[in-house]
Amino acid sequence: MALRVNDLRVHYRTLKGEVKALDGVTFEVGDGEILGLAGESGCGKTTLGKSLIRMDGRMRHAGGTAELDGAELPIGDDRAMDRFRFREVSIIPQYAMSAMNPTRKIGRMVDELLRARGAEPDGAELRRRLDLVELPHTVLERYPIELSGGMKQRMVMVISTLLDPSLLIADEITSALDVSTQKAVARTLTEFRERGFVRSMVFITHDISLTYQIADTIMVMYAGKLAEKAPADTIVTRPRHPYTRLLISSLPEVGVRYSDRRLSGIPGSPPALLDPPAGCRFRDRCPLAFDRCAEEPPAVEVAPGHHVSCWRS
Amino acid sequence: MRRYFGRKLLVYGLTFLVAVTVNWMIPRFMPGDPVQSMIARANVSQPAAVEAMRAHYTSLFGFDLPLWKQYANFWAALFRGDLGISVWLFPTPVTDVIVRAVPYTLALLVPAILLSWWAGNRFGAFAARRRWLENTALPVGYVLTATPYMWLAILMAWGLGVVAGIFPVAGGYGFALRPGWSAEFLGSLALHWVLPFLSLFLVAFGGWAIGMRNMIIYELEADYANYLAALGAPRRLIRRYAFRNAVLPQITGLALQLGVLVAGALVTEIVFSYPGLGHLILQAIQNQDFFLLQGTFLFIVVGVLIANFVIDVVYVLVDPRIRTGMGGEAA
Ligand SMILES: Nc1ncnc2c1ncn2[C@@H]1O[C@H](COP(=O)(O)OP(=O)(O)OP(=O)(O)O)[C@@H](O)[C@H]1O
Ligand code: SF4
Ligand SMILES: [Mg+2]
Repeated sequence: MALRVNDLRVHYRTLKGEVKALDGVTFEVGDGEILGLAGESGCGKTTLGKSLIRMDGRMRHAGGTAELDGAELPIGDDRAMDRFRFREVSIIPQYAMSAMNPTRKIGRMVDELLRARGAEPDGAELRRRLDLVELPHTVLERYPIELSGGMKQRMVMVISTLLDPSLLIADEITSALDVSTQKAVARTLTEFRERGFVRSMVFITHDISLTYQIADTIMVMYAGKLAEKAPADTIVTRPRHPYTRLLISSLPEVGVRYSDRRLSGIPGSPPALLDPPAGCRFRDRCPLAFDRCAEEPPAVEVAPGHHVSCWRS
Repeated sequence: MRRYFGRKLLVYGLTFLVAVTVNWMIPRFMPGDPVQSMIARANVSQPAAVEAMRAHYTSLFGFDLPLWKQYANFWAALFRGDLGISVWLFPTPVTDVIVRAVPYTLALLVPAILLSWWAGNRFGAFAARRRWLENTALPVGYVLTATPYMWLAILMAWGLGVVAGIFPVAGGYGFALRPGWSAEFLGSLALHWVLPFLSLFLVAFGGWAIGMRNMIIYELEADYANYLAALGAPRRLIRRYAFRNAVLPQITGLALQLGVLVAGALVTEIVFSYPGLGHLILQAIQNQDFFLLQGTFLFIVVGVLIANFVIDVVYVLVDPRIRTGMGGEAA
């Protein structure tokens, strides 16, 4: 197993108290696996992604562990994490458009970054990878503002994977792109995996049909918890959790043409995570809710690799 | 690039035109009569002599001509470098009076502006996100910038000059000395320079340090800084980038602050009786010396405009975003 996350809890400190954005999540990502992380806005996808590489100042590691290739990630310790960043875990940020220092030529910035991390810049390899994403070598001589949005996105993808990390986190990297570019990005990511630039990947998006195109496994989160996790096909064709079913049924024709379709259309809204109610968090919106749902449903492996947190599964 | 500077030059040219015109207008439409004050100073009691003198001075200064002609003459004289005759130091030409005072002002201003900018930015960047410094130095910085120049200057003159007796508090050099290249004179010059310089430096330093600290904090929260941190880049590298990016707006800030700094220098000179342009302005006002006042103001305006232009050029040289933006425009 490349990544093993166990009962991970990450909270946001706020004036009103702690927002329990990630409230006990357990899952695994295998070697070479692409895990698609889906769920509606605010369910904790970004929080999970950030926890694995760099928490921001308001986040607090409230419990649980994350293990990468057998080594425990010191996720609460910003300094200790540095050793893992870029080499073991890397990220393609959501803000690829502004991720590069605007006042440095890209090539020079990459060089300085690599040297600062104690890695010898390998120009030939860098250029090979630029070829792969169809960027001209001259981008290295340019400033970020001289690149189009799509070029910046590809450049950041190349930079992030330059040290062949074991795990890559891609958070919402396709949201700002048009459909054909989204597909190209998805293809590039799978190609990166095929060529061994990254071993496994957590691919975060709202868009379950895009996830379906590239992910081996899909994990659906709801209000800071895991709702369902299963091979992509299973999630799309035989979902067990009522929430996943609603998500899937709101897609007209899964995974084929309507890849710009967003998750929407489930009445109601998720509970506030400042002080979440006991029991199943989907209870208020669940058409199948019954008495037992006042108790929290544990995640159960209903079939090999298929985990569901629901009393009705 | 050409178009950018062309536009800039046009703006500066227009500013100059307006400044000269206003400058020409002010003494002419201000209460008080320079000729009258000259005559009063001459202390002549015979009415006939007074009349003769009035006629002489009026024609000398050109007050008997129609206004448009006075205006045209003013420009013509300006291009000849002729700013008129000083009333206060009659009959020294205003240009000579100014040229004598300028080195003092420049010797105060240039080091004070450049050093405070450099040191303030360095210090502000260093203090940003270092809690113990932010809690101690920052309040001091706020007090420094909030203090009017006048106050700080007086306090320093009192503390370091009168009480501690380390530095002289008035003049550009010792009264007993004659300007020259003697070691004694130069030493006295340096000693007299310290307090006015320090007061200017301190106030500006606080402002730059606070500005820089805020800019750095902003930069450290920018996306590129977060990305670098997520890739485990050392703080040193991130801070270096942040500093470079934060310095750019500070260069613009320098252009904006220039006028304020010049004004501050003028006040400082008055407090310390330092024989620069500020001192001249005070004397010109006290003696109703309109030509001198006019000349000094004009000189300052031109100086500030030139300095601003230099900063514009520097900015283009150091910010690739502007440079490449202009490259695209030209292509
Ligand atoms: N800085 C913060 N302070 C307090 N609460 C926060 C903060 N950031 C996020 N949250 C809360 O944590 C929860 C999870 O947020 P997160 O950003 O992980 O959601 P997400 O699944 O990535 O959503 P989206 O799809 O909109 O990106 C949300 O309920 C949000 O309100
Ligand atoms: S546990 Fe109950 S409320 Fe929750 S999803 Fe299952 S049926 Fe619905
Ligand atoms: Mg998010």
